[in-house]
Amino acid sequence: MSADIGTEATVGTRAPEARVRASRRPTLAVWKFASCDGCQLSLLDCEDELLALTGAVEIAQFTELSRATASGPYDVSLVEGSITTAADVARIREVRASSGMLITIGACATAGGIQGLRNFAASGEYAATVYAHPEYIASLDTSTPISAHVKVDYELHGCPIDRHQLLEVLIATLAGRRPVVPGYSVCQECKGRGTVCLLVAHGTACLGPVTRAGCGALCPAIGRGCFGCFGPADTTNTASLAAQLGRNGAQPLEVARLFRTFNSGAPAFRDESIAQGGAVPVAVGGPVSRFRHGEGP
Amino acid sequence: MTHGSSSPRTIGVEGLSRVEGEGSLRVVVHDGQVTDVALEIFEPPRYFEAMLVGRHFTEAPDITARICGICPVAYQMSACAAMEDACGVTVDADVTSLRRLLYCGEWIQSHALHVYFLHAPDFLGYADAVELAEHDRATVERGLAIKRTGNLLMETIGGRAVHPVNVRVGGFYSAPDPAAVAALADPLRRAREDALATVEWVSGLEFPDVTGDYRFVALTEPGRYAVEGGRPSSSDGLNVSPGEFARLVVEEHVERSTALHARLGGHDEYLTGPLARYALNSSVLSPLAAEAAAAAGLGPVCTNPFQSIVVRAVELVFACDEALSLVDAYEPPDPPAAEMIPRAGTGTGATEAPRGLLFHHYEIDEEGTILNARIVPPTSQNQITIEADLRRVAQDGLDLSDDDLQWRCEQAVRNHDPCISCAAHFLDVNVVRD
Repeated sequence: MSADIGTEATVGTRAPEARVRASRRPTLAVWKFASCDGCQLSLLDCEDELLALTGAVEIAQFTELSRATASGPYDVSLVEGSITTAADVARIREVRASSGMLITIGACATAGGIQGLRNFAASGEYAATVYAHPEYIASLDTSTPISAHVKVDYELHGCPIDRHQLLEVLIATLAGRRPVVPGYSVCQECKGRGTVCLLVAHGTACLGPVTRAGCGALCPAIGRGCFGCFGPADTTNTASLAAQLGRNGAQPLEVARLFRTFNSGAPAFRDESIAQGGAVPVAVGGPVSRFRHGEGP
Repeated sequence: MTHGSSSPRTIGVEGLSRVEGEGSLRVVVHDGQVTDVALEIFEPPRYFEAMLVGRHFTEAPDITARICGICPVAYQMSACAAMEDACGVTVDADVTSLRRLLYCGEWIQSHALHVYFLHAPDFLGYADAVELAEHDRATVERGLAIKRTGNLLMETIGGRAVHPVNVRVGGFYSAPDPAAVAALADPLRRAREDALATVEWVSGLEFPDVTGDYRFVALTEPGRYAVEGGRPSSSDGLNVSPGEFARLVVEEHVERSTALHARLGGHDEYLTGPLARYALNSSVLSPLAAEAAAAAGLGPVCTNPFQSIVVRAVELVFACDEALSLVDAYEPPDPPAAEMIPRAGTGTGATEAPRGLLFHHYEIDEEGTILNARIVPPTSQNQITIEADLRRVAQDGLDLSDDDLQWRCEQAVRNHDPCISCAAHFLDVNVVRD
């Protein structure tokens, strides 16, 4: 990554009020990069609020919703997805230039997403595994968050994001105040809902102590350890958790896999997965093409 | 406007809207003949099949769910079925019923989204459902209410609507509380009424007179509309196991499109999805859904792709009806999941995603580590047929203005609810321009 990109790689910390003008209905644009569409679907999943929202803002660009588009500049842009192609490196700069507030939504946009696993593989290895003709493919060897390329005004985490948090961020942005979104860990949500600690009581592998709250501690409530959808909390001690998981019987590879999923590009999770020696093995060509052409198994 | 000159007339849509994911379409007309059509996909590649290699077999449902935020349950269910096949495990009937109930939730939310937000605005001349709501708010609110019920079902059974957390290989982490499941009955009854109203509404739309010559492929099961399992079957007599089907489907990587093109036996194109399911299974629809289909004027087979909106609405009635039966008969599975002991081998799982048949095939070792993965989503299987539709619709619509023909072509693609995010587990595009 070049130095000039590096200097832009900042996430704003100021309150997001400044650039939303109040004199007319603000315009909202929704952009997609490499992703599953689930975070932008969360906007359409606000069934009770959607028509009120479309009354309060003008949706100027949202390909999944509308064939109509209005040209920029846009007061607020929501960006889903990570940067995986040279064309998208250029496109995100155009989006930034035409946006007042730029808000990234979801693990792909904030941490590179599940497709960020390629960042741990050798160059070209993934394309060769999936394609018969890797030479047709023009994607980058990396999947990087939006903040690695342009200035981001606010990041909303989650795989997927929580739609109530999304509404809070939109409302706060339109009202010119800072969104109320927790930076503490899932543990606090478990305590809040009275869930017995799986890690302590049952020795279950759980990323709750280092994972950002926001989902409502869904998994521990059904007896499943947290698997880190919302990425690292504001303050984490991943080494301490990893040591505890080890004492509970988890092998380093299992611990590495746990840290290395949807938010594997978030520094706290990335570094711990590497500390566990967790090079997740990747394939090398041949067997997949056997499947691909229907000869096996 | 005249179109008789010798210079080609090109209809192009660079950013195809109201589909899931990023694609474009192109139609070239020369001397009154459609000479080239292409549904191009520029969704960036995400390489799921490569990411899965080296992961534990129990991780496949959560990783593959991230292929698509619209139909994560489909990915979870096909992954589970494939891993259970590989391990030689058959899950209990109560687990199967709960999976079917969860899957009904996904069909309800996905079909409501497609019918009301992605598809209907085309027939009414609106750019989107927001514009539709300005003229007919009650209708859009009805669609949102149905969608909300689908999401409620997914949240109650799966924990959340996008990327549910309760699904695991072998079954579920936890059996939902019977009281919470029983509380779904009232919203489902209302949704069923709304779904019946939806069938009536969409059957009154105006449909271009188009007939597709389709080879339909869908899962079939004796006595019921196949959703979470069954045997891949075709309108020309195929009826095989998922594993045999996976061997029959040959995918081709072509340069001009980065989605793989799937063919049966390497040569026969086919169509999956609501039209295919309906054609092969309409005789086993629930009585209420069958009645709604008849009232809407559908015969046992529907070959007009524009009428897929009616078939989707009928499937909405079916999914609500089926979910109500499953809610009434709910027995919490005990244990909630079968014990899974990995063994070296291969397994295939096939289920009916809202937009068509989705199969996964894996090879795992005795530790449960994934050695190979192959995921074939409905849109890859449908792509050749969608292009054939595009050619037919464009040829029939040459008298239309460029703007109207472009819109008609977009609609021809949206008829099949393509999920480009799904198809794009490995793509990038080299667009060929004249």
